[in-house]
Amino acid sequence: MGFRTEAYNLIITGVGGQGNVLISQLIGQSLVSKGYFVTIGETYGMAQRGGSVMSHIRIARGKQLSPLIPRAKGDFIVALEPVEALRVLGVYGNLHVVVLVNTRPIYPVDVTTGNAFYPDFKELRKALGSHSRKTYSIDATDKAIQMGLPILANMIMVGAFLALKLIPLGIEEFRENLSNTLSQKRFEINAKALEAGEAIIQESL
Amino acid sequence: MPIIDLDEPQKELLLMGNEAIARGALEAGVKVCTAYPGTPSSEIIGSLAEVAKARDLYVEWSVNEKVALEVAASASFSGLRSICAMKQNGLNVASDFLLHLNMVGLNGGLVLVTCDDPSAHSSPNEQDSRAYSKLADLPLLEPATFQEAKDMTTWAFTISEEIGCVCMMRGVTRISHSRGNVTLGELPKSNVKAHYDASTRRLTQPVNQRHQWLHSKLAQLGEIFETSKFNQYYGPERPDVLIFTCGSGLLYSQEAVNLMGLEDAVGIFKIGTSWPLPTKTIVEHLKRTEKFLIIEEVDPFLECNVLEIAAYESMKIGPKAFYGKRSQHVPSVGEMDTDRVIDALSSILDIRYEARDRSYTKTIGEIANTLVPERTMGFCSGCPHRASFWSIKNALETDKRGGFVTGDIGCYSLARGPAGYYLLQTNLGMGSGAGLASGFGKLDRFGLDQPVIAVCGDSTFFHAAMPALANAHYNQSNFVMVVLDNSATAMTGFQPHPGVGINAMGDKVEPLNIESICRDFGAKVEVTDPFDLRGTTKRLLEMLKDQKGPKVLIMRRKCALLKQREEEPLYKVRVDPQKCIGCELCAKVFRCPGLIWDKELEVAAIDEALCVRCGLCVDICPEEAILREKES
Repeated sequence: MGFRTEAYNLIITGVGGQGNVLISQLIGQSLVSKGYFVTIGETYGMAQRGGSVMSHIRIARGKQLSPLIPRAKGDFIVALEPVEALRVLGVYGNLHVVVLVNTRPIYPVDVTTGNAFYPDFKELRKALGSHSRKTYSIDATDKAIQMGLPILANMIMVGAFLALKLIPLGIEEFRENLSNTLSQKRFEINAKALEAGEAIIQESL
Repeated sequence: MPIIDLDEPQKELLLMGNEAIARGALEAGVKVCTAYPGTPSSEIIGSLAEVAKARDLYVEWSVNEKVALEVAASASFSGLRSICAMKQNGLNVASDFLLHLNMVGLNGGLVLVTCDDPSAHSSPNEQDSRAYSKLADLPLLEPATFQEAKDMTTWAFTISEEIGCVCMMRGVTRISHSRGNVTLGELPKSNVKAHYDASTRRLTQPVNQRHQWLHSKLAQLGEIFETSKFNQYYGPERPDVLIFTCGSGLLYSQEAVNLMGLEDAVGIFKIGTSWPLPTKTIVEHLKRTEKFLIIEEVDPFLECNVLEIAAYESMKIGPKAFYGKRSQHVPSVGEMDTDRVIDALSSILDIRYEARDRSYTKTIGEIANTLVPERTMGFCSGCPHRASFWSIKNALETDKRGGFVTGDIGCYSLARGPAGYYLLQTNLGMGSGAGLASGFGKLDRFGLDQPVIAVCGDSTFFHAAMPALANAHYNQSNFVMVVLDNSATAMTGFQPHPGVGINAMGDKVEPLNIESICRDFGAKVEVTDPFDLRGTTKRLLEMLKDQKGPKVLIMRRKCALLKQREEEPLYKVRVDPQKCIGCELCAKVFRCPGLIWDKELEVAAIDEALCVRCGLCVDICPEEAILREKES
């Protein structure tokens, strides 16, 4: 099937304000400088207003892919929020997909108001497990709060994801791109988060 | 993020479609860049503003799209290249000027970029702006890739100058707001001097003659477009089905053909010059086969235009079958994607395509239905709009005369839903809340006895609400206009506006004062801080009782996202579980994302990751169970 063999479909999902667009861009940039074609489709505009936010990152050799992954064609899912992982599997999942999920929920206002139900993590984890090749879960937000900045959960997730070596991008290469893009102060704290993510996943392996 | 004026030709970057368009303009030597912000178009002028000083450009956030196009045209009349960008709805505002501008000649190239938002991800309507190119007899280009977004923009300036007319370009959300590879070209060094040649006046008269001139330009364009490299055929010499597509449709079509393994059966003719169509080239492709599928976003624009050619040339090409929106092989609304192309091809060629195992689809579908909660969009934590609508709701409930709210376009449009307690009755275009209220306010003589409140944002106020307010004074219409002043065009990315005190060039300017404008317009004006819930509700109630002429209540507080960037919070917010009686007013009615429900204790709680410590919920709690605490 042509490009299927030389292409990767990565979805980074979460909720507005979690910094999903930024990490998608950073991953994309790093891969473009390695000679890959990268297409990122993003849904934002209303992103900071509590809605689900999903970035489709499509990586290929010699060919620009479309901005949206076709249904059922996800390869890897990085979910900054647990229930969003399941939402994404509903459309893009298949039995070969690898899922990396942050355990910390962000409750939709609809749940707080009693108009919707939020599943407990065990149940969620089970559903993810039975609908993926492999599901990894890490407490990225807890770690980020420990580090003093909840937003760093995004970089912790990137560190963990790259440590799984599923896409052709090493942590070092990513780190270098990060140092060229962010200010020194922001780079240092983000690089620490990256390392923390790598360490967490390596413990769990 | 990427710097669009990077002077490294041949370097490959990951650029957003809008950044690629901006880069294309720089490579064409653009001098004047204008826009009113609107998703998904804002980053075109936004990224040019960032390099304005370095590249010696004049960039402005104009007060609305019509003025933006007028400013761009003045540059073009003076021999400079200019670009003007807007979202679909903006073109409606600019269209009055556009449909006169088309009849007079230009000097410097003028590229008008309109970004459509198929599926209305961030828009109050779904619209296909391409119709305007036909209406105005102007050329229209549609980029299909990020590289093309850059290259086509540069070419659009050449086209515009070659024919002396505006060249239109249409972006869509998935090009403008997606990112992809772009190889940079050269940045020119130009020192064009602006000069207005008063011997060539820019008049539309004699109208018939000018209209004829415009038509002759279309004929000239048709010829130019026959040889454009942006029209390309991919596929076998004699395909079973030939796809005509444009814009984002190319990548989706290629991927569908690829996923279905139909490379030997399906050809794709990608059209970059959407109006006027290159008729001869289209006819050649119509001769290739009998069956044609048309893939495009929003309306069947390309489809109808190709059908017209096929009808006109039917003696040459014989009978053909066309599939698309008319035949319902492609849904008539909503954005395009690969799956829509797959579905259409499956139906035309009678192929069964299974994207994944059926049992997987069945079980994941069931799980998603039961375990995945909705995420309705709402105001951010700390958002002043939540407070404003809380007061509006309480004032209308206390007033008890069945009063209602007409709305407008901005973050506060979310008040149509639970975030703003379903208060908005309308959101029918920029400034139209005030215009409608101006009408409702005159219907008392026919028995309408409900008070009317129009809400509009600060940027919207300058964009289109001011004429409605002047109208209301002149005609003595009775309503309350609430200006939700959060000191930014927050919805589209915090662009400044005339009330803010800074412009796109970064120059400080005396901010226009909304209250004095309203006073000069003959309205009674008051200003409140929406976080003063009691005071705001009281003032609004008083204004609702006043039956004479327009009243303006400005609810002023800076957008919480901006405030967060600029200021440290003063205290922590905590719920005292002993005092909370579990009345659920804060969690279930007030709907701040920072407030959550502790199921075990059956009391409200604060989510520390989301709370911005604005402390507003402290004031709505009837039991004083929410506390502001100084940090130690």
